[in-house]
Amino acid sequence: MIRTEELLLNVGPQHPSTHGVFRIIVKLDGEIITEATPVMGYLHRGTEKLAEQLNFTQIIPYTDRMDYVSAMTNNYVLVHAVEKLMGIEVPERAEFLRLIVMELQRVASHLVWWGTYLLDIGALSPFLYAFNDRERILQLFNELCGARLTYNYMRVGGVKWDAPEGWIDKVKEFVRSMHGKLAEYDKLASGNEILLSRLKGVGAYDAETAIAYGLSGANLRSAGVKWDLRKNEPYSLYDRFEFDVPVGTNGDCYDRYLIRLEEIRQSLRILEQALEQFPAGGETMGKVPRVIRPPAGEIYVRIESPRGEIGCYLVSKGKAEPYRLKFRRPSFVNLQILPKLLVGESMTNLVTILGGIDIVLGEVDC
Amino acid sequence: MQHYWNSPVTWGHAGIFLLGAIAVLAVVIVFVTYAIYFERKVIGWMQFRQGPNRTGPLGLLQTVADVAKLLIKEDTIPTRADRALFVLAPALAFVPSFLVLAIIPYGLHLQFADLNVGFLYYIALSGVTTIAIVIAGWASNNKYALLGGMRSAAQMISYEVPLVMSIVGVAMMTGSLNLREIVLHQEGYFWHWNFLPQIIGFAVFVVAAVSELNRTPFDLPEAESELVAGYHVEYSGFRFAFFMLAEYIYMYAIACLTTLLFLGGWNPPFPQLDFIPGLVWFALKFAAVVFFLFWIRATLPRLRVDQLMGLAWKALLPLAILNIFLTALGIEWWG
Repeated sequence: MIRTEELLLNVGPQHPSTHGVFRIIVKLDGEIITEATPVMGYLHRGTEKLAEQLNFTQIIPYTDRMDYVSAMTNNYVLVHAVEKLMGIEVPERAEFLRLIVMELQRVASHLVWWGTYLLDIGALSPFLYAFNDRERILQLFNELCGARLTYNYMRVGGVKWDAPEGWIDKVKEFVRSMHGKLAEYDKLASGNEILLSRLKGVGAYDAETAIAYGLSGANLRSAGVKWDLRKNEPYSLYDRFEFDVPVGTNGDCYDRYLIRLEEIRQSLRILEQALEQFPAGGETMGKVPRVIRPPAGEIYVRIESPRGEIGCYLVSKGKAEPYRLKFRRPSFVNLQILPKLLVGESMTNLVTILGGIDIVLGEVDC
Repeated sequence: MQHYWNSPVTWGHAGIFLLGAIAVLAVVIVFVTYAIYFERKVIGWMQFRQGPNRTGPLGLLQTVADVAKLLIKEDTIPTRADRALFVLAPALAFVPSFLVLAIIPYGLHLQFADLNVGFLYYIALSGVTTIAIVIAGWASNNKYALLGGMRSAAQMISYEVPLVMSIVGVAMMTGSLNLREIVLHQEGYFWHWNFLPQIIGFAVFVVAAVSELNRTPFDLPEAESELVAGYHVEYSGFRFAFFMLAEYIYMYAIACLTTLLFLGGWNPPFPQLDFIPGLVWFALKFAAVVFFLFWIRATLPRLRVDQLMGLAWKALLPLAILNIFLTALGIEWWG
């Protein structure tokens, strides 16, 4: 007898488009998804628990390994929390260096996203172009702190290394050339008819849903909510620079695509201003006690990482180790909307929607 | 070959046919070897990379090494797979791809079989490969392979219709489906080639042909980012190589067909350039078509299944029919 059956398909943890070790079990009716259950935790390392045995300088390398595509912003959120709790003044030169590396990191992170997303959609070349440009940022980081991915660059009270001679000029040169590259990428991909038809109207949600799910970053802004912590709750030196916050209207994958590309442009704009105003001299470390013992108390700080709002909740009992450390990881929170978005979509759109959320599995599982 | 074709079969003739077949096979294998190399080089250059450059001078032996690797690889068959069909599918995919080459004329007298229904023969045989792909997807007992196989079946059925329709205009102008006669009809300056009077048919043909080849932007049956590898996900070693081989031979066949049907075959663009042998012109046009296929692979993203079907039925088919109508009008008015 002929009968039809729902197909239970296991996508991941080893699948080329899950961007790491993410797994999702989908029920398929033909090629249409009727139910999707994400399974997380394949990369869980217990960072938060481990941190309770470590002093603050030792925790910094662990934050590198959460969102390994954007390690600099992770560094910052931790040292920022400790500095705020202890009331430490950070020298201006150090703060400038932090801001410059964070914005370079945002550009690098969005480039990785752009390349891999187009690879998901089936275009091969942009991946190579994006990684070519990201490579130049990694070279700059390598010169600055001797690492390409897990930098361990920031310290409570400042940064570990001062910029080597000529480094600022190299960053300026990079920013100049990146503008031209972006225009080329727009020409190559952004207006492509196939790309438009693949992205427009796919994975759309409204602002209310986005807020209800706690989305942040480009995922939130694509639905039209103008919320960027660099503007709304300025930290570091962001209140000194002029930049726009791009927002979308439809909340679909194409809006997220355009917003991320525009954010690269805005980051370059911030970089241009920051490099102009970069102080000629000064310290890179503030006055910090030899053993960092934040006073008893708790604090929550949040900053805008390339993926959204990354937060750090720190409880101190006056010891050198934190009593409790909790990270609000944007990838993890943004991923929660996935099962809702996937119902009724095809297998092809699964890849488009998952890629559009922009997750990093190191951060999802922490 | 025509001479042998028309005379009664003897052992001698059979031997000549066999040698001819081996010669075509050798040409095709060399083509596939270097098409893969060329593809990787071209796409490499387009992506600021070197492409293969380590194995042999300029990396020329890269594909040879790859084939050797595939040959010595362990031949795995999944335990739950349908053994007989699993083994049959690669051969079933490859054989028709090779058979279609029989009808391709490389020059006025350089052809294996001069069939009156040339193009129809191509369509009929290439359809068999679709069956092989569905069998491969089914026999693997893998869900990804099954989805890939299904997509392939839907895609090939949809695109064969506009593919056939698109060359009806050419057939009307020539009054024949015989590939040699179609080329002879295009003699003269390059504006006598079919691609200008049949510009709509040409466009539809190219799009439908790329789709028939399962190449970007229509590579859904083996969409890596969705279905991992599609229908051949469970195949390894030389069985996998057979699928690859079939794919590239079809590329060879389609490039030849495009050259013959629309680009004037072995005719030079200006009759004054007649002193250059026709085979050179054929090879140049052929290479240009192959390069075009590599080029779009490096440039375009992939379509979605529903958009793919929509394109075939809502855009290509009406255009092809419009082309037939316009051709009929043209023939009626200007003879």
